[in-house]
Amino acid sequence: RLLIVYPWTQRFFSSFGNLSSPTAIVGNPKVRAHGKKVLTSFGDAIKNLDNIKATYSKLSELHCDKLHVDPENFRLLGDILIIVLAAHLKDFGPACQATWQKLVGVVAHALAYKYH
Amino acid sequence: MLTAEDKKVIQQIWTKVKSHEEEFGAEALERMFISQPQTKTYFPHFDLSHGSDQIRAHGKKVAAALTTAVNSIDNLSQALSELSNLHAYNLRVDPPRFAFQFLAQSLQVVLAVHLGKDYTPEVHAAFDKFLSGVAAVLSEKYR
Repeated sequence: RLLIVYPWTQRFFSSFGNLSSPTAIVGNPKVRAHGKKVLTSFGDAIKNLDNIKATYSKLSELHCDKLHVDPENFRLLGDILIIVLAAHLKDFGPACQATWQKLVGVVAHALAYKYH
Repeated sequence: MLTAEDKKVIQQIWTKVKSHEEEFGAEALERMFISQPQTKTYFPHFDLSHGSDQIRAHGKKVAAALTTAVNSIDNLSQALSELSNLHAYNLRVDPPRFAFQFLAQSLQVVLAVHLGKDYTPEVHAAFDKFLSGVAAVLSEKYR
């Protein structure tokens, strides 16, 4: 959805092959694989809720030094993750949304923390 | 900007919202107030408790304004001109980018919860574009 709703984010994924349409993006195996990687990493945050900054320290350096990703994109992805959760879970009430908005904010902050 | 397909999708989805305007708007506002507490600073005169009459009334207003926008999708600037003045000169919700973006997020979450898998990536993209368009018009006269 990030690649569809905010197409300029495709700039980070030039090696992913065909991203020319929503259908292409949804069917792209590299996109799926990367989605899995990202969500798995999110899972690490959830297992280490008291220590998210440390959990993402290396990833933060990677996103800055090697990937050159503007941290604004972490916020965009966080908001999209919440919309996906909302669409899949019938039970995503206001308190649940609020908690998740906080979590994605903390993760985005941690990912941006080592930028220099 | 909005393609013909986007506009069609938005209008189709919006017919489902129209009959629940009040609940839709109220739920979005409530979610926004809880997720982004700083947005409450613009409503010190409101009872912001769950189900409050003021939230329901305001939610209805917001949803009705969006209905106007959907019906005038080719001419947002003119259709929302009064609202644009109101936000720029009276309400001065600040900064325009961020505050409207918080409401837009909550509006989309409400749509997603209610539409489930019908809130497809294409529908999501169309609404995201539409809501940014509305936010841009509401911010037009700020300076």
